[in-house]
Amino acid sequence: MPQPTLDVRNLQTHFFTRDGVAKAVEDVSFSLGSGEVLGLVGESGSGKTVTGFSILGLVDPPGEVVGGEILFKGRNLLKLSEEEMRNVRGNHLAMVFQDPMMTLNPVLRIDTQMIEAIQAHQKVGTDVARERARDALGKVGIASPDERLRAYPHQFSGGMRQRVAIAIALLNQPELIIADEPTTALDVTIQGQILHEVQRLCRETGTALIWITHDLAVVAGLAERICVMYAGRIVETGSVDEVLDRPLHPYSKGLIESVPSHNQRGRRLNQIPGMTPSLLSLPEGCAFRTRCPIADVECRRLPSLHEAETERRIFCHHPQRETA
Amino acid sequence: MTVFIIRRLLQSIVVVFLMSLLVFVGVNVVGDPVDMLINPEADQAEIERVIRHFGLDKPLHIQYGHFLLNALNGDLGKSFIFGMPALKLILMRMPATLELAFSALILAVLIGIPLGVYAGLKSKAKVSRTIMAGSILGFSLPTFWVGLMMIMVFAVMLGWLPSTGRGETVLVAGIELSFLTLDGLSHLLMPALNLSLFKMSLVIRLARAGTREVVHQDYMKFARAKGLSESRLIFVHLMKNILIPVVTVLGLELGGLIAFSVVTETVFAWPGMGKLIIDSIHLLDRPVVVAYLMIIVLMFVIINLIVDVLYSILDPRVRLQDMKT
Repeated sequence: MPQPTLDVRNLQTHFFTRDGVAKAVEDVSFSLGSGEVLGLVGESGSGKTVTGFSILGLVDPPGEVVGGEILFKGRNLLKLSEEEMRNVRGNHLAMVFQDPMMTLNPVLRIDTQMIEAIQAHQKVGTDVARERARDALGKVGIASPDERLRAYPHQFSGGMRQRVAIAIALLNQPELIIADEPTTALDVTIQGQILHEVQRLCRETGTALIWITHDLAVVAGLAERICVMYAGRIVETGSVDEVLDRPLHPYSKGLIESVPSHNQRGRRLNQIPGMTPSLLSLPEGCAFRTRCPIADVECRRLPSLHEAETERRIFCHHPQRETA
Repeated sequence: MTVFIIRRLLQSIVVVFLMSLLVFVGVNVVGDPVDMLINPEADQAEIERVIRHFGLDKPLHIQYGHFLLNALNGDLGKSFIFGMPALKLILMRMPATLELAFSALILAVLIGIPLGVYAGLKSKAKVSRTIMAGSILGFSLPTFWVGLMMIMVFAVMLGWLPSTGRGETVLVAGIELSFLTLDGLSHLLMPALNLSLFKMSLVIRLARAGTREVVHQDYMKFARAKGLSESRLIFVHLMKNILIPVVTVLGLELGGLIAFSVVTETVFAWPGMGKLIIDSIHLLDRPVVVAYLMIIVLMFVIINLIVDVLYSILDPRVRLQDMKT
């Protein structure tokens, strides 16, 4: 098996708050090869975004990566110096953020923000860098990129800004892009366009992609494999079709059943009872135990992430095999 | 942009006119300058001659009309005391005050912004807490007291710096400047520092507040995710954002710095116009007081205009709105 582009092993990121230690990411492992698309799914606060920031080394205090390994093309990113890490960021590893209205600096022109991203990693003249910036804008479907380069972020709509952010992420042809709910803040038609665009670009350049989202429909159309996260842990992982059609973990099952299109008109939506527990006071054993319809005494003991079927791992004592 | 400037200029003319009315009437209803000017033993005929000479016998609105007509020709009246045009008298003293004020402003920016940004970036460090405590002192200690203390320590006890006057000056384009000679610089340092202390504290607090707000913005994180160096993050991405409030406030404060450098000028015997205005108020030298106030009004109006232009350079969002109007 060839070396994976990214191999995350037992990642632990904790936040040391005044009220205690919040284990935002606990024992998370996954890997993906070049050109592969991985969907990272879960509710708000399940640790998806923190996982993304941990990989880039951008966790702000009081958060801290306290354990595990992040092997990027065989190199452990957690062992790199700040300067080495700076050189990886934006160069080999790029990220697109959730809110396009906030990701571009409002007082700097688009060209400034794009050219600096190129010149941070390569010694090229401003003219050459500008040309590459223009090409990148063209690639993400922005009309008359020459004019647009001289504009300021507030002259763009949300969808356009997200395209610019994606263009910036693509500038240095990274091996991996982490997209943190990049279409959540956009309306549905723009969402579709951007999804299509990203899919095409990744296929063309062989860039691996981690798509963080809570939208199962998006993942279904985009990703090959999926990791479902709950309370900082991966509770189920497998191929998209398998997991969505035949979820083994009761949480994945609940998540999929709560999608409106699965329900008949006029019937109450299925929902997962209760609320996401606070990371500061997780229940002992399985964190989903208090909301789980099939929890029993055994669930007070921490389950392990085990191979339930080929290529499918699950973090549960009672996989939902019989129900389909 | 041009339309914007023209509109602002028209507004400015209205402001200046209204201020002239207020100032003229206000100054002319206070006290009787004749008492101050005349020999107490002069007889009635002598007194009336002086009153007529200064045009004080005419009704106030006529006096104002004269003043306005002359003002349009650049004549703001003659000083009762010195017998020379008030405008000329003030302009002679102006370079000294402007030099002091701008030196204070530059000190406030050069020292205030780095300290403020540092305190914002490392808000928990001991150094930052010391800076913030210092800025509270800068806010609250009275200027004259700090000035006196500076003179005591640096001029009297240590003997490092001279305590009064402008020192050796150089004539540049008909204006005497202190900061071009070493001696002049040593004379300038203490008063400038004294005057800038308050503004410096203001800049520190503005820069710190701005920094603390901006560093947590998504665009800073995105900039880091692009792999930019720390220096580019701070000097380009952060700085340009925090400069917007700093420029606005400093612009407004500059007028105050010039108009109210009176205290510092008095403490350090700096021969600027602040000292002149205090003397003129004591002697009820009305034309000088009026002329001084008019110049200050003009200065405020011009500074505000410059700030607006600067502001639009810093913040592209403002620029666009101006173009539409």
